[in-house]
Amino acid sequence: MTQSQPKSRLAKTVDSLKPSGIRRFFDLAASMEGVISLGVGEPDFVTPWRVREACISSLERGYTAYTSNAGLLSLRKEIDHYLQDRFSLHYNPETEMLITVGASEAIDIALRAILNPGDEVLVVEPCYVSYEPVIRLAGGVPVFLHTTAENNFKLTAEELEEKISRKTKAIIFCYPNNPTGSTMTHEEWEQLLPIIKRYDLLVLSDEIYAELTFAKRHESIASLPGMKERTILISGFSKAFAMTGWRLGYICAPPDLLTGMLKIHQYTMLCAPSMVQMAAIEALKYGMDDVDRMVESYKQRRNFMVEALCEIGLACHQPEGAFYVFPSIASTGLTASEFAERLLLEEKVAVVPGDVFGDSGRDHIRCSYATSLAQLEEAMERMGRFVKRLSQS
Amino acid sequence: MEKDKSRELLRLLEEDSRLTAEQLAKLLGTTKEDVEQTIKRLQDEKVIVKYPALINWERVDDHPYVTAMIDVKVTPKRDVGFDEVAKRITRFPEVKAVYLMSGASYDLSVVLEGKTLHEVANFVSQKLATLDSVVSTATHFILKRYKHDGIALDDQDDDQRMVVTP
Repeated sequence: MTQSQPKSRLAKTVDSLKPSGIRRFFDLAASMEGVISLGVGEPDFVTPWRVREACISSLERGYTAYTSNAGLLSLRKEIDHYLQDRFSLHYNPETEMLITVGASEAIDIALRAILNPGDEVLVVEPCYVSYEPVIRLAGGVPVFLHTTAENNFKLTAEELEEKISRKTKAIIFCYPNNPTGSTMTHEEWEQLLPIIKRYDLLVLSDEIYAELTFAKRHESIASLPGMKERTILISGFSKAFAMTGWRLGYICAPPDLLTGMLKIHQYTMLCAPSMVQMAAIEALKYGMDDVDRMVESYKQRRNFMVEALCEIGLACHQPEGAFYVFPSIASTGLTASEFAERLLLEEKVAVVPGDVFGDSGRDHIRCSYATSLAQLEEAMERMGRFVKRLSQS
Repeated sequence: MEKDKSRELLRLLEEDSRLTAEQLAKLLGTTKEDVEQTIKRLQDEKVIVKYPALINWERVDDHPYVTAMIDVKVTPKRDVGFDEVAKRITRFPEVKAVYLMSGASYDLSVVLEGKTLHEVANFVSQKLATLDSVVSTATHFILKRYKHDGIALDDQDDDQRMVVTP
């Protein structure tokens, strides 16, 4: 008898998922000392004290029980006020809103609620690393739409139309974008909307970075004519209020879709943590000055990074949102992974290779500037040294 | 430089006055010359008054200073109100701050620094209490500083984040 490979005990879908490309980098960087990390995808601010204090106070007052499945109604009402005030969006807190454990849960249950096996979901690359696996786990098939640096990583109407098939059910957008920092203007949306409507696509709009825009206020695709009824809006508190570890997000969607998501949420999660929901009310009511202060600081560091990268000789478009710059490293002749790995080993600067975010990100690296100016200056000096050495060899 | 941007410049300097014109230009997305001209204008207009360092003297081994906050009740004078006596008190170099207060049972709040308790007490009895318009004084000594000018003095600011996250 020949010996065969032991059969995996995992489900086929899970077994075939690739491990995250970021993981390998994390392990390497974490094992070294004196590393300056531009690889962190979260704010460098600690959650504003008033929000932390509100959480502590809610515990002291004994808010430790389940909330309703959809989350505290008072929080949902507060989110409605907030969305109206900042983005001219209105949702019914009772029928169109659901509080989730981070935007990550929101993406998961939204996809599970709408996909039948084999349904295709369009994903605009480069993109956040979770979309593909979560689509697959929900039984869907991801179809990737390519974007280019020349076009500031914005989706064109041609590319969109070309990838739509009979099986296409939905499209995922994330603007302001992780990893490119790109945003969409009203005019750019207008190019895409007729196609989305013609093919009757659902839109899953991940707007977790909505507060972090620098040129003008973010415009949600859900606020555009005829889009609210086909859009699942996903957002959360992590980036705007520096609350990543709290895990709190929300979904706004038409009632029929929301009912489906609520079913999954009530059976798998029950509700988001109650004391975190209490803190979120405080954040929305009194935390907007803190948000503005943080955004100003990100914008300053964005300005610094774009200029520093140009001085080094790495081409870089000016990102209008989030806290990432996404320069091209094509001129160095290295692949993104080679560049990132050698930069880490030779100069102890951690960046994330762009191909981790999809093939469109190849030849680019993601640098997060959510770190102190002193660290950014040192990192840019080291990176400059590294690039100069490459060009001389 | 437009108004919004010069306010932003002031906020940056208030946070760290050692930022160079070049760094400020990069952060604000403008030229070094623009920053230099604006800073000069703001200095001329006395908007930017001085560039001191915030020092935690309690960490200096033999720091010889005590600080007192003194409530001073005064009789305002016709035409000049509280200004005359306030300015007079301001002139003493050991006086670090003078404020006119509302809603208190006193009028001026004076922050005073001296090498010893005795020195401060001496100043109050000899210089302050003897001023014509001063009616009474109450001296409070500062035992420990936790926060000064918006900065917590013993704050730890370790970065708790992981090195690489998506």
